[in-house]
Amino acid sequence: MLEVSDLNAYYGRSHILQGVNLKVRQGEIVSLLGRNGVGRSTTCKAIMGLVHPYGSIRFKNQEIAGLKPHAIARLGIGYVPENREIFPRLTVLQNLELGQKEKRQTGPWTIDEVFKLFPRLGERTHVLGGFISGGEQQMLTMCRTLLGNPDFIMIDEPTEGLAPRMVEQVSRLIQQIAESGISVLLVEQKLTIAIAISHRLYVMGHGRIVFQGTTAEFEAHESVRKEWLEI
Amino acid sequence: MLEFILFSCINSIIYGLLLFMLSSGLTLIFGLMNVLNFAHASFFMLGAYFAFQISTYIGFWPALFLAPMFVGLVGIFIERYGLRSVHKHGHVAELLFTFGVFYLIDEVVVLIWGRNPVAYKVPEGLDFTLLTIMNTNFSAYRAFMILISLGMFAVLFFVITRTRIGLIIQASLTNPDMVGALGHNVPSVFMYVFGGGAALAGLAGVIGGNYLITEPAMAQNLGPIVFVVVVVGGMGSLTGAFVASLLIATLQTFAVGFEVSISDLLAVWGIYPGEIGSFFEDILRIQISHTRGMLPYLFMILMLIFKPKGLMGTREE
Repeated sequence: MLEVSDLNAYYGRSHILQGVNLKVRQGEIVSLLGRNGVGRSTTCKAIMGLVHPYGSIRFKNQEIAGLKPHAIARLGIGYVPENREIFPRLTVLQNLELGQKEKRQTGPWTIDEVFKLFPRLGERTHVLGGFISGGEQQMLTMCRTLLGNPDFIMIDEPTEGLAPRMVEQVSRLIQQIAESGISVLLVEQKLTIAIAISHRLYVMGHGRIVFQGTTAEFEAHESVRKEWLEI
Repeated sequence: MLEFILFSCINSIIYGLLLFMLSSGLTLIFGLMNVLNFAHASFFMLGAYFAFQISTYIGFWPALFLAPMFVGLVGIFIERYGLRSVHKHGHVAELLFTFGVFYLIDEVVVLIWGRNPVAYKVPEGLDFTLLTIMNTNFSAYRAFMILISLGMFAVLFFVITRTRIGLIIQASLTNPDMVGALGHNVPSVFMYVFGGGAALAGLAGVIGGNYLITEPAMAQNLGPIVFVVVVVGGMGSLTGAFVASLLIATLQTFAVGFEVSISDLLAVWGIYPGEIGSFFEDILRIQISHTRGMLPYLFMILMLIFKPKGLMGTREE
């Protein structure tokens, strides 16, 4: 589905991504772990075209490095950014409508479907995005991206700052997304969630991939966790 | 006195609506692209000249539609083949680019139509006195200007708040990157907003050019005021631009009528400076009406110091 090889990216003169390689297969949940500032979010942004990528990004056997973000989104990549980035001055419904790429929606995810899944959002359609709780905002961003009916979705730090009950709901949604056939690349700080729901894991350090393997392999390598994840 | 107030109000509304037609495009362009478009008033001038030229062939009424359309196409062309390539070199380059466009259009206009004003006149069908209130005539053309302006305001409001493209524009005002990542073609939204803004400025030129004077200096005369409106209203805010347009227009229109000097004002407060030298006495004799030109800029400067976001700024940095 997605194959990233030798991906480099820069912010001004700092070399943030230094040759990242990773793969996500159809229907897989893959987690990208690492401490803050190692380049996990930049990896997502580079794939999305929001940061200029150097190297190769292949999606459904097509080279997408260098395309504009909207063109990449239209090929079927969805992006849920960290900090949620909802539109605070637009209503919940308007936020969701922006997730739809066309006025006439094609694909399984519709606004009614989303409201069935999260009745809370359905009750608050005309509330401004800036006035709903953090957990609701997280649901809103994820649903907004789902309404674009992507084949592959990148979710950056979805559980950050959420109450335990919301965290559970978010991880359940991620599993539902994968079960519906959408591949997931998850950037997550909370190891327990990543281990519980992922098929495979990548660990990043200093702009590179320093470990890759299944969750079982990851748990067998205590040293990886010590060296690259624990503070 | 009542007559003065009534007609100053009417003039403020006409001038204010004209300013809004110019500033609405400018503020949207700024809100979306972060570009302060120096050449915006040039589109106003182009609108007037295009309307003049078209009306000599086929009359005013077709020109009312065709001239703004052509100006919009010029705007789209400038965005697509100029501004978009300059964009990656940063905002200073963009600013300088629009600065260049301003002078380029200026020179082209002089080259084609000459330095003197052209005879762009109010259409005959509207060249009569609609009503006379007290001793002052109110022309039909002024009523027509108000009508067109309000109509344009209604259409713009509808497009921004009720249509899908309006929704995408609103969202792009706060976070264009995210709008792009959701699959909307933000560069083409930029292009159409730039073209639409240019067309609105062009429309202002069509209906304002014959009311004022159609000459090469008209862009230079009105351009700075439009900036003031955008800054005071809050960059990117349409409602802000609307309020600020009427505010600035009222300020300027009413100032004309005040034949009061600074020393008169001081006298109201009981201050009599006495003998302070003839130079300073001359300064104190300056009348409020003579400060008409500087009032908007003073207002803008104070605004930037005390409320830099403007009356209704939307931008979140």
